[in-house]
Amino acid sequence: MKILVAVKRVLDYNVKARVKADKSGVDLSNVKMSMNPFDEIAVEEALRIKEAGKADEVVVVSIGVSQCQETIRTALAMGADRGILVETDQEIEPLAVAKILKAVAEKESPQLAILGKQAIDDDSNVTGQMLAALMDCAQATFASKVEVGDGKVDVTREIDGGLQTLSLSLPAVITTDLRLNEPRYAKLPNIMKAKKKPLDVIPVADLGVDIAPRLKTLKVEEPPERSAGVMVESVAELVDKLKNEAKVI
Amino acid sequence: MTVLVVAEHDNSEIKGPTLNVVAAAGVINSDITVLVAGSNCSAAAEAAGKIAGVGKVLVADDAQYENALAENVTELVVSIAGDYSHILFPATASGKNIMPRVAAKLDVAGISDIVSVESEDTFVRPIYAGNAMATIQSSDEKKVITVRTTAYDAVSAEGGSAAVESIQATPASDNVSFVGQEVAVLERPELTAARVIISGGRGMQSGENFSMLESVADKLGAAVGASRAAVDAGFVPNDYQVGQTGKIVAPELYVAVGISGAIQHLAGMKDSKVIVAINKDEEAPIFQVSDYGLVADLFQAVPEFDQELEKVLD
Ligand SMILES: Cc1cc2nc3c(=O)[nH]c(=O)nc-3n(C[C@H](O)[C@H](O)[C@H](O)COP(=O)(O)OP(=O)(O)OC[C@H]3O[C@@H](n4cnc5c(N)ncnc54)[C@H](O)[C@@H]3O)c2cc1C
Ligand SMILES: Nc1ncnc2c1ncn2[C@@H]1O[C@H](COP(=O)(O)O)[C@@H](O)[C@H]1O
Repeated sequence: MKILVAVKRVLDYNVKARVKADKSGVDLSNVKMSMNPFDEIAVEEALRIKEAGKADEVVVVSIGVSQCQETIRTALAMGADRGILVETDQEIEPLAVAKILKAVAEKESPQLAILGKQAIDDDSNVTGQMLAALMDCAQATFASKVEVGDGKVDVTREIDGGLQTLSLSLPAVITTDLRLNEPRYAKLPNIMKAKKKPLDVIPVADLGVDIAPRLKTLKVEEPPERSAGVMVESVAELVDKLKNEAKVI
Repeated sequence: MTVLVVAEHDNSEIKGPTLNVVAAAGVINSDITVLVAGSNCSAAAEAAGKIAGVGKVLVADDAQYENALAENVTELVVSIAGDYSHILFPATASGKNIMPRVAAKLDVAGISDIVSVESEDTFVRPIYAGNAMATIQSSDEKKVITVRTTAYDAVSAEGGSAAVESIQATPASDNVSFVGQEVAVLERPELTAARVIISGGRGMQSGENFSMLESVADKLGAAVGASRAAVDAGFVPNDYQVGQTGKIVAPELYVAVGISGAIQHLAGMKDSKVIVAINKDEEAPIFQVSDYGLVADLFQAVPEFDQELEKVLD
C-alpha cells in the first residue's frame, strides 16, 4: 500500500505574524519557514504505518514555490521515500490544493492520503475534507488514533465533548490532530541521505487543473490590540476588582 | 436569496452554536431555512422551528444521519443546495468536518471561521492564529461558510413558528461506518457557552490539582478549560483545550492559571471580555493581554481565590 502525505511550508509556529503596512497580507520576507506542525504529524503517522509493515511507500507532496523542496527534504529525512513538488509562484487556495492533490492521487493511486487538519497560516481546516469529496471517498478528520486493517482503516477522531471511532474503507483521507503522535526529529545521517532521495518537480500547468482563485483578499489588518491591564498585589484585591470594577462576578 | 443553516443537534435538542449561526445568517438575509438531518429527530426539528427568525425548517429523518457523518450529510445538503445562496455551519468540530466536503462537491471555496459578514459576498476571518484579520470577497455563486460562534450573539431559541417540512434522505455512503463514540457527560457549562471560564496549564502539575479549579468553577458557574500542554500531559481530556487548534472562546471572564500565554493559546481566548492571569513568572506573556495580573504561586493563590469568592458570593 502507498500513502500520500501533503506537507505545506508555512511561517514557523514560533514566529508572530506581522501584517504588512499596505494591508496586502502578512510579511513573509526574511522570516523562518517550516513544515506545518500538523503535517509533521501526518508524515510521522505514515512512517509508523510503514514501519508496522502495513505500507510499503510514503510519498510526500507539497504545492508552492521552489523553496518547498526544503520542506519535502525534511519529510524525506524523517523517513519518507519520495517527494513531489507541484511548483507554482501563485497563491493557491485550498480548493485548488485539493484539486492538485487529487490529480497527483490519480497518478499515484495511494490507498491512504494523510493531511494536517489545519495549516497554521490560513487556518482553513478544509483541504483534507475537500480532497475526500473530490476523490469521492471516506474521510476521517482530527484523527487521534489510526489503525490500518485489511482494506479498511479505523480512526478515532477528536470531536466536541469526546472521541468518535469510524471505520473507513480504502482509499480514504485522514487529517491529523495534535495528539495522534509525537513526530520524530530527522537525524543528521538521514538528512544527508535524504538529499539523494527522488524529488520530482512538476510545474502546476502540467497537471491541467483549474486553479483560478475564487476569493479575493481585500485587506489584511492587525486585530484590535488588547492593552495590558493592571497588576494586582493580592488575591483579595483581585476579587475586589472583579466584583466592583469589572463587575463580572 | 435564502440562507441555509445546517443545525447542530443531538436529535432531541438544538445545540447552542446553531443559534449563533442563525444570528450571522440574519445579517446576510432575513430569509432563513434551517436543515435538521438526524435520526428520530422530530423533537430537534420542532425546536428548530421555534428559533427566532427562522422561516422554514427542513428535516431529513433517517438512521444514516444519526451521527452526522460527513459523507451522508454532505449528499443531503448538496441535494437541496440549489435553493440557497449561502450555506452556513457553526465552526464546531462537526461543522468543520462537513462544510468543506459540501463546498468541494459544489465546486466552491469553503470559507472557514468567519467573524463578520461585511456584505453578501464579503467576510472577515482571522488567519495566523488570529494575528491578522483578512477581509475576503468570494466570486463563487454560492457561499459555503463556517461561522465562529463567539462572533455573534445567539438569537433566542423561542419565539419563532416556522413550518417543518420533511425532505427525502439521500443514499447513504457505504465507504464509512460508525464504530462508537465516547462523549463525556459534562457537570459544568460547555466551554463555548460558558459566561466564565477558568483554565489551567502546565503549571497545574497534575490532573488531581485541577480539582482546585473545579471548586472555583462551581462557585462561579464556570467551565474548566486548559492549555495544550495540560492536555498533552494527560491532566484533562482533549476537548478542554482552548486555542488556535482547540476551542475558541470569548466569555465575560477568563481566568488563566499556570498558563504562559503562547500565541496558540491566546488565539483561543483573547477576545474574552475580562482576562485574569495567575502566574508565578512576572515575565509570562499572558500578562500582556490580561486585564488583571497576579504574580503568585498558584498553589497558594487558587485556594485563596476560592475562599475569597466564598466570602463575596453569598
Ligand atoms: C500547531 C500547534 C498548535 C497549538 N495549539 C494550541 C492550542 O490550541 N492551545 C494551546 O494552549 N496551545 C497550543 N499549542 C501549544 C503552545 O505553543 C504552548 O506550548 C502551550 O500553550 C503551552 O502551555 P502552558 O502555557 O500550559 O505551558 P508552559 O508554556 O510550560 O507554561 C506554564 C506556565 O505555568 C507557570 N507556572 C508553573 N508553575 C506555577 C505555579 N506553581 N504557580 C503559578 N504559575 C506557575 C509558568 O511560569 C509558565 O508560565 C500549539 C502548538 C502548536 C505547535
Ligand atoms: N500548499 C500545500 N501544499 C501541500 N499541502 C497542503 C497545502 N495546503 C494545504 N495542504 C494540506 O492541507 C492541510 C490543511 O490545510 P488547510 O485546509 O489550508 O488548513 C495541511 O495541513 C496540509 O496537509
